[in-house]
Amino acid sequence: MDYKLSKNLKLTAFIFMAVGAILFAVDYVNLPKTTQEVAALEAAHGGGHGGGHEQTSHDTTTEGHGGDAHEVASAHGEGHAEGGHTMSKEEHLEHTLGEYQNKPWSAIYVAAFFFFMIALACLAFYAIQYASQAGWSPLVLRVMEGITAYLLPGSLIMFGLLLLSGLHVNHMFHWMDPALVEEGNEHYDKLIAGKSGYLNVPFFLIRAAIFIAGWNLYRYLALKFSKNQDEASDNRWHKKSFKAAAAFLVFFIYTESIMSWDWIMSLDPHWFSTLFGWYVFAGMMVCAITTIALVTMILKSQGYLEKVNDSHIHDLAKFMFAFSIFWTYLWFSQFMLIWYSNIPEEVTYYIQRIEDYNLPFFAMLGMNFIFPLLILMNSDFKRVNWFVVMAGIIILLGHYVDIFNMVMPGTVGKSWSFGFVEIGSLLFFLGLFIYVVFNSLTKRPLEPKNNPLIEESKHFHY
Amino acid sequence: MASHVIHALYTDDDVLMNAVKEAKKKHLHINEVYTPFPVHGLDKAMGLEPTRIAITSFMYGCVGLTVAILMMNFIMIEDWPQDIGGKPSFSYIENMPAFVPIMFELTVFFAAHLMVITFYMRSKLWPFKKAENPDVRTTDDHFLMEIDATGQDAQELADFLVSTGATEINLVANEE
Repeated sequence: MDYKLSKNLKLTAFIFMAVGAILFAVDYVNLPKTTQEVAALEAAHGGGHGGGHEQTSHDTTTEGHGGDAHEVASAHGEGHAEGGHTMSKEEHLEHTLGEYQNKPWSAIYVAAFFFFMIALACLAFYAIQYASQAGWSPLVLRVMEGITAYLLPGSLIMFGLLLLSGLHVNHMFHWMDPALVEEGNEHYDKLIAGKSGYLNVPFFLIRAAIFIAGWNLYRYLALKFSKNQDEASDNRWHKKSFKAAAAFLVFFIYTESIMSWDWIMSLDPHWFSTLFGWYVFAGMMVCAITTIALVTMILKSQGYLEKVNDSHIHDLAKFMFAFSIFWTYLWFSQFMLIWYSNIPEEVTYYIQRIEDYNLPFFAMLGMNFIFPLLILMNSDFKRVNWFVVMAGIIILLGHYVDIFNMVMPGTVGKSWSFGFVEIGSLLFFLGLFIYVVFNSLTKRPLEPKNNPLIEESKHFHY
Repeated sequence: MASHVIHALYTDDDVLMNAVKEAKKKHLHINEVYTPFPVHGLDKAMGLEPTRIAITSFMYGCVGLTVAILMMNFIMIEDWPQDIGGKPSFSYIENMPAFVPIMFELTVFFAAHLMVITFYMRSKLWPFKKAENPDVRTTDDHFLMEIDATGQDAQELADFLVSTGATEINLVANEE
């Protein structure tokens, strides 16, 4: 039975987009645009964030040794000879204004990346189904194909945002500032200059373009092959899908890793983590699987996908559970080593997050680990739809907060808040995502024909 | 009247599964089924209750977690505080991340080992125990279904079992 996009769903998607855009605009107008407005705002809030300008010494105003190190020194209340750079009032206001100017961009960036990564990871999960010849999943392959429809618009939006950053329309990516790598400049940053062979705008955009082209090429081929397999009399196209999936997975795991360094880790250009790619991968994977489960249950509740049974939902919920644990494992592996070794250039990343982003930082752990751990541990609960839906919504929100925590400290710093620009961006991209995904689901029958594993999937029983 | 059981042997797990379902349909009492390997879905076909070992596993895991917390608190905080890597052991919570691997390992250790021991005890398995297996061929390539034949017509039962595909049927008097 073909899926028809209901008017209500379409309307809901457009309402989300419209409300999101309005909320964004309302809050955007209220953000301070000049240093006077920042000063007025701070006076209204009782004079300055964090108290004392020494603590706000930041990589924009410190040189050579790296701004992050100063923050450690000041955070620990130790006198640090080199970190003694004190901001003047003007510098502080200028700096804070920069953070406010980054705020709407970062809000868009977080929301755009969040939905983009769902589509990308869904494509990887889809490829895994083909590469591993999974017998349980062919019934939900079309759902995955539908979700990956967002990849093209999502990745183009991401590229647009990166391009605007590269053109210095916004200053989210601190390392893009040419003054930092110009020797003799007062803002010269030795660490960033040392990385400039890799972190420079043209190479950065070329990498992004190659990755986006590669991912979208695979999606185009995968859909073409599965479409041809529907009309085929033998398994020729299925075998092609298998080969394409295997090749894509190799491409994906490298490009995903590099993408996460480029698009997220470089927002904190002094900091690095060798397992960052895996960490982002685990987060995007759990979001993608959760989205597959949610969309499947939505379609099923509307009377589609009648062959999908409890066991399919159970399997998806198992993946949600497993990848939540996997995410936690990577999160903790990253955190504990940095926390224990306490090296200034590494540990600032977490000091900033724990001091300035305390609530989202710890709330995220509860939402992404404790909650799914307890809710989805029981085998029977994984078959109860509303349990899976509840866990899924919390997991998705938790990983949104995770991306928020990755992006905001490097761009907005202490001036963060979860306001209308963030909510508006989230709603806007949610609406766009819903519209693109469900619209693409109408294009093809929801049940693949002639897939050699479809019978196994129909009789799948745990 | 002495109690009797019938041993019906099968050579294929699919045939066995069907036989179990047929026997259940006739409301025969299946004492036990011996198989050389786990047969998927056999427990449901026999009408066995779902296992509760997962619940014990969860409880053992909680015990392990508690042991780890108390142990590390005693060793690292109360009994012999040390300054490791510039992190003096003044309070448990500030040093907690360092103990997480231990908490995790002991949770797994307790859950796994106690679960296995529970399984052995529940299945009445212990060292030097005489095997209950009625026919050694079930450890190789045969499947054996044991049916309570007390008060039943043995010949009629045997005919029924042959019709389900049994390759061999033995009437055994219980020795107890």
